[in-house]
Amino acid sequence: MKREKVIQVADLTKRFGDFAAVDAISFDVYRGEIFGFLGANGAGKTTAMKMLIGISNPTSGQAQVAGFDVFTHAEDIKKNIGYMSQKFALYDDLTVRENIRFFGGIYGLSRGRIKEKSDALIEELGLQGAAHKLVGALPLGWKQKLSFSVALIHDPKIVFLDEPTGGVDPITRRQFWEMIYKAAHQGTTVFVTTHYMDEAEYCDRVSIMVNGKIEALDSPKLLKEQFQAANMNDVFLKLARG
Amino acid sequence: MKRFIGFIKKEFYHIFRDRRSLFILFGMPIAQILLFGFAITNEINNVDIAILDSSKDDVTEEIIHKISASKYFSIKQFIEKESDIKGIFKQGKVKAILNFEKDFSKNLVKDHKTTIQIITDATDPNTANTIANFVNAILQKYQKSLNEDLVVAYQIVPESRMVYNPELKSVYMFVPGVMTIILMLVSAMMTSISITREKEMGTMEILLVSPLKPIQVIVGKVFPYIFLSIINAVVIVVLSIFIFKMPVQGSLFLLALESILFIVSALALGILISTISATQQTAMMISLMGLMLPVILLSGFIFPISSMPVPLQLISNIIPAKWFIIIIKGIMLKGVGLEFIWKETLILLGMTVFFIALSVRKYKIRLA
Repeated sequence: MKREKVIQVADLTKRFGDFAAVDAISFDVYRGEIFGFLGANGAGKTTAMKMLIGISNPTSGQAQVAGFDVFTHAEDIKKNIGYMSQKFALYDDLTVRENIRFFGGIYGLSRGRIKEKSDALIEELGLQGAAHKLVGALPLGWKQKLSFSVALIHDPKIVFLDEPTGGVDPITRRQFWEMIYKAAHQGTTVFVTTHYMDEAEYCDRVSIMVNGKIEALDSPKLLKEQFQAANMNDVFLKLARG
Repeated sequence: MKRFIGFIKKEFYHIFRDRRSLFILFGMPIAQILLFGFAITNEINNVDIAILDSSKDDVTEEIIHKISASKYFSIKQFIEKESDIKGIFKQGKVKAILNFEKDFSKNLVKDHKTTIQIITDATDPNTANTIANFVNAILQKYQKSLNEDLVVAYQIVPESRMVYNPELKSVYMFVPGVMTIILMLVSAMMTSISITREKEMGTMEILLVSPLKPIQVIVGKVFPYIFLSIINAVVIVVLSIFIFKMPVQGSLFLLALESILFIVSALALGILISTISATQQTAMMISLMGLMLPVILLSGFIFPISSMPVPLQLISNIIPAKWFIIIIKGIMLKGVGLEFIWKETLILLGMTVFFIALSVRKYKIRLA
């Protein structure tokens, strides 16, 4: 069985003046895969991701996301992807339901569909008692889970997660990864950046960026063999030190 | 369109759930208009005046007595010759001089008509105007009491004369000024804050990744403020008509159109500010320093532009508020139509187009 490629990137480059923040990276991501996008701060992962989600124009190279070209069809890409930022950005002064309704609305979901989705989502997250509370009053872990669910509200083909577990306790992180597995199991491709190396172990495949280039790309198991390391942390350190 | 409506609904939630912005939106205009209104048109108390009585008869004596008995005036001195008037104003000892004509009561009996001159120092035009009105009121009351059982009424004709500033240039100036400040504040500051808030919270990124177009995001953010600014403008005009009896001589329709033009230019400035500031605090500081201060100081609202040094006069030309104040003063006070203010309107329109173009450009650069 040939696996469907949902992200295809070839020689994608972003320059700021003389500096290449992203330097000719190439990779593919398959449907239903959990793809870990690793790198130290400043390695270029956020810049690369911004090009893929259509809010930053590449300098050169090629990239297709969900079957659409990032240069010419950024608007079509936006309809087919979900995005969750590092800040778990929801509106603190809107209630849980209002947030869901708003984001459902901007993705063009019908009123009935939004209602249906809201009920399912609130039940799934166990937020029945808090549905009419302002999001600002929720604990961080709940905000994070809600934010992830909202990013999935329009059943996107791919969901991009930018360091989704920053500042969250280990138990909540564990629960959050269960949600990611569930989404992947249902066929959503998950593209996740992280700097927690234990989380890298949960990914199907991992790419590691160093100074704008992808220096390694494989499953965590094969990467550990290749670099003769006990865990992903050691792989990362070996790469980052050159 | 449905997406857009959902977006606007969300904006209104933001506004109505934030007490601070609600206060700025609605408390401020009302507080300011009342504050300025009463500070300028308030009652007068114990104003020092001088009397030039060339008749010294029973009637003048009675009037002088009535004046001095009122709590509004205190008679500082009596002068003998008209040539003293100038000197006494120059010294600044009194705010007004009452000049009774020669043969005051004789004329009243003979012609049933006599005149009194109220000369006021109009360097402070609001006080000057109030003084004249209060003296008039006292004279009219007295005249009425004289005429109770007369067939042909006696007439005491007051003649107002202003020295130093006969046109009373800043009377009612506060309403156009406050309106300008409020519209600038609500439109520019509130929008720039609300846009930078989305940036600060990280929700702007989410919106840009969504299928909403950037232009929809921006229009959705500013639309509620257009609406609220128009309500504010209406509140200010209604308050000034009913509480301060401010006349609106010209067309209300033209006034509304010009106000919308100014609101849009302020909104464009707000968007521009939001593109150059990363946090709400910066946006607020830039709005206050970069917009409010020039509006207050250089628009001609408080300090007349004509008496500013030339460099400041030149700078005042690039402030949209200056042109808007000229426009609404023209419409409200002089009752002029577009034929008299088309030049100012055109300048304001040009500025608005420029600000919109610039902010769209800046916004695009930021996205790339």
